Amino acid sequence: MIFLGLLFAALTMSTFSTLSASPAHADEVGTDQYDYVLAGNVQFNQKPLDGVLITVKGSGYEAEVKTGVDGKWKVGVPEKATYTVSLDEKTLPKGVIVAKGGSVIKAEFGLTKVKSVNFFLGEGTRVTVSFFDQFLNRFVNGINFGLLLALAAIGLSLIFGTTGLSNFAHAEMITFGALMTLAFSVTLGLPVWLAIIIALVLSAGLGWSLDAVIWKPLRRKGVGLIPLMIVSIGLSLALRYVFQFFVGGGTSQLPGSGLADLQFGPVRLSLIDLGSMGISIVVLLAVSYFLLRTRIGKATRAVSDNPSLASASGIDVDGVIRIVWVVGGALAGLSGILWAYFRPGVSWDMGFQILLLVFAATTLGGLGTAFGALVGSMIVGLFVELSTLWLPSDLKYVGALVVLILVLLLRPQGILGRKERIG
Amino acid sequence: MIDWGAIFSNAAVELISPTTAAYALAALGLAVHFGYTGLLNFGQAGFMALGAYGYAISILSFGFPVWGAVLVGIGASVVFALVLGIPTLRLRADYLAIVTIAAAEIVRLLFTTNTFEPLTGSANGLSGYKGGFAALNPIPPGSYGFGPFEYNAYDWWLRIVAWTIVVLACLFTWQIMRSPWGRVIKGIREDEDAVRALGKNVYSYKMQSLVLGGVFGTIAGMIFVLPRAVVPSNYQTSLTFFIYAILLLGGAATILGPVIGSMIFWVLLSFFSGFIARAVEAGWLPFMTSIQAGQLRFILVGVAIMLIVIFRPQGIFGNKKELAFVK
Amino acid sequence: MSSNPVPSSKPVKSIDLHIGEAEPGCKKRDPILIADGVSRTFGGLKAVDVDHVEIPRGAITALIGPNGAGKTTLFNLLTGFDKPDTGSWTFEGRSLSGMPAFKVARMGQVRTFQLTKALGLLTVMDNMLLGAKGQSGENLFRAMLPFFWRKQEEDNKARAIDILTRFKLDTKKDDYAASLSGGQRKLLEMARALMSEPTLVMLDEPMAGVNPALTQSLLDHILNLKTQGMSVLFVEHDMHMVRHIADWVIVMAEGRVVAEGDPHEVMRNPAVIDAYLGQHHDEDLGADPSAEKEHVVAIKELLDDEL
Ligand SMILES: Nc1ncnc2c1ncn2[C@@H]1O[C@H](COP(=O)(O)OP(=O)(O)OP(=O)(O)O)[C@@H](O)[C@H]1O
Ligand SMILES: [Mg+2]
Repeated sequence: MIFLGLLFAALTMSTFSTLSASPAHADEVGTDQYDYVLAGNVQFNQKPLDGVLITVKGSGYEAEVKTGVDGKWKVGVPEKATYTVSLDEKTLPKGVIVAKGGSVIKAEFGLTKVKSVNFFLGEGTRVTVSFFDQFLNRFVNGINFGLLLALAAIGLSLIFGTTGLSNFAHAEMITFGALMTLAFSVTLGLPVWLAIIIALVLSAGLGWSLDAVIWKPLRRKGVGLIPLMIVSIGLSLALRYVFQFFVGGGTSQLPGSGLADLQFGPVRLSLIDLGSMGISIVVLLAVSYFLLRTRIGKATRAVSDNPSLASASGIDVDGVIRIVWVVGGALAGLSGILWAYFRPGVSWDMGFQILLLVFAATTLGGLGTAFGALVGSMIVGLFVELSTLWLPSDLKYVGALVVLILVLLLRPQGILGRKERIG
Repeated sequence: MIDWGAIFSNAAVELISPTTAAYALAALGLAVHFGYTGLLNFGQAGFMALGAYGYAISILSFGFPVWGAVLVGIGASVVFALVLGIPTLRLRADYLAIVTIAAAEIVRLLFTTNTFEPLTGSANGLSGYKGGFAALNPIPPGSYGFGPFEYNAYDWWLRIVAWTIVVLACLFTWQIMRSPWGRVIKGIREDEDAVRALGKNVYSYKMQSLVLGGVFGTIAGMIFVLPRAVVPSNYQTSLTFFIYAILLLGGAATILGPVIGSMIFWVLLSFFSGFIARAVEAGWLPFMTSIQAGQLRFILVGVAIMLIVIFRPQGIFGNKKELAFVK
Repeated sequence: MSSNPVPSSKPVKSIDLHIGEAEPGCKKRDPILIADGVSRTFGGLKAVDVDHVEIPRGAITALIGPNGAGKTTLFNLLTGFDKPDTGSWTFEGRSLSGMPAFKVARMGQVRTFQLTKALGLLTVMDNMLLGAKGQSGENLFRAMLPFFWRKQEEDNKARAIDILTRFKLDTKKDDYAASLSGGQRKLLEMARALMSEPTLVMLDEPMAGVNPALTQSLLDHILNLKTQGMSVLFVEHDMHMVRHIADWVIVMAEGRVVAEGDPHEVMRNPAVIDAYLGQHHDEDLGADPSAEKEHVVAIKELLDDEL
């Protein structure tokens, strides 16, 4: 962590040094120094606006400028590159906001040395959401995300518990659910609910066949756990690009994913979000019931605990593992469908995007403990969403991964895990 | 018609390309980690990223000389290895795998984010740092070589430096692995508790191994960006997986395995992609677009990893005698 | 049990090891290891709860007790492989509590494991060389320069051959340890431990799974350790062996030391009989006559002093 600290320190220092290098508060900055110029004109209803703060960033260069009385601004930049130009809305007069296109524009030079950048202003009031409301929104989102992670994490954890396999191809089992739903609902035009059911059945089938075709024979062969894990990595890579081979690199939407948000007090949620949380909770309860109360569930836990003992006491270990793969496949598929609505969108590598979070969740909870995976998922989900209150959103996964490392530092066996015996 | 000559010469070029050297060195680092010590480091991409960015940022933002930039990169990876090792080297092997992947992703995300754009160039990456290295080139300008191996002075310089480093790293690794130090390292791979019971500080040895293999990865990262630009999306987890494929292909606990593995990997991959791309152009594979043809190579790598691990776990250069006992 | 080989010669027993009554935790004349208040719980289970125990120097001490008595756990604690909840212990007068396992081993207290840990993909010779202490070539920087360590390596090799010959493994020195039989691995593990020239050797079930022909030579090796001046603490389930070579016996049950004493006397101690029967108290002995019979036979064997 010292290293990260240093990195941050170095980065912020350099930001300051570039800042102080550029003379701010004039309507022209750096134009006599550099050949390339970004320029614009800030107007509202044909009237120029004075003193609006514009920031230009890119290629390690940064400059600020305020519009003159004619509403114009100009910034010289060192090279022909892409720059981000942002307008500080707080410096606009009351009642005026950036209407469309947003207050941040990416500007790229074309054939000329001058590039004009204009913002579209309109009438309106800036919506400021109070910190508490933001927190509440993020919190609910975090729960939703955590629940869908938990579906995948429990499957991963059950598979790990019963077979010792760290299954990297779980990512593709997640993607598979979403892809099948897409195929049956959008491509084949079936109703969504039917498509989802078919997708879940197929996901369960995928789990079953992966076990039957690959993992069971390898177990028979006595392949060690680490080679098994590497096989799953190869499988994950191959499947992921098979998906891309067939569906391409784009993102498609499932039916109903654009549903409008409803307002619940300060919290905004769509019906899909509500449904997603409802389904996750029901399924997770069902899985808990299965593990705690049914014979097969108890057998599963026995196998996780001690496979050879379980087998000696007459439990059909291979049968239990088969069931675990089927259940794990279906759960991963469901998780993928919910993830497709949460992101939103279906893409070939969507499972791989959250694989690390799913692993983080299972590891946090303690590898191989199903309920640990649930706890870990909720922590990861909440952490990812809440961290966006402080961190830029492109760093939101970083927080969760840092937490994973910190937790392992304090509690190496995970939150609910047990220490191994020696000797 | 298909231009077989071009396909073969493009493939042959990969034999001594700097990229092949970079992958060989990174795989040698993994051999130290995984093959000899049994550490499941899945964060080699992170070490490579630190090398690439450490080098480029030192030169671009701080105006360091080449040797200074190299030291910064190595320093960053030593610190990274320590930060990574302190919490994880006491953990079970599978935890280490997950934590190293996570750490490498953290590194990549930090290099990709817009927050540090002035320094890292965010998603666009960095370029324009090659001047210092080119200036050290003693070869007079011109074009040298024969057949497909005809390069200008910079390209030769780059290849000579890259492969010299690889050869030195191999000799170094070979020497230490046949020393008592290497014996302890291999013992840890077999059973760390047994080694501990014999009075060896296992934690410290694992750390040394992690740092050493990580530094190899870092230098590989620098070699990797000398013929191209630094782009953050190159340092995804799949980079580590590719290096694992090379390592397993050659043999995990061997010195030459990573090098020959890397050559075979790149030559075959280039040959295969070249062939498929041209076959698609020539209309031999009507069901495939040229984009799909590009994805086929990843599928191939994935399947290759699976098949090697299942059917030839000791790799091409691994000891046959060992195979009988490989679990 | 009757298939055990008859010992070739009667070993010389060390006597007069303790001071006062032979009772749990009694003082020894010359203890090498003294443990106080060591406890370790797993969940709700108290695996080890030892008030006070002393291991005599220059003698062979057997640690016996029913399955799950906590013998291995106590080994793990004393050698730094596990951390106790409470307790402290000294080895040759120096406190070892909280010391990591490798330092404990360096101080001369070397152990073997109940589940053999041969380093499979290292040769038998490499296994042995790994045991040697203070090798300068184990430093990364000196490892690069062979002239720093070549001489020492040759010396160690000579010593390894010497020990391997004694253990009849010298013909196997270039084979992978993975190719050895289970019994040979036990031998190798012990031989490897001896390479470090320990003062206290702790063997966790050295005879388990070893065939009777090898057992005899293992026993001789253990007796040999004593004549070379080492102290031995070993865990064993076979009472014949214990009686044959041990100078002192410590009996554990449910984590506690329940009895100590001379191997011939201690078996008569009601606490010991209770301990071995006690583990079945929760079952109803009467319900299964064959089980009961088995227990009676086991006890008889315990009491039966054939020497
Ligand atoms: N890591 C662990 N986690 C949970 N329980 C443990 C652990 N290690 C030991 N135990 C428990 O502690 C008790 C003592 O175990 P230990 O291995 O010390 O017994 P032992 O005397 O060596 O038995 P045996 O003669 O069968 O080897 C047992 O009940 C065992 O289940
Ligand atoms: Mg035991």
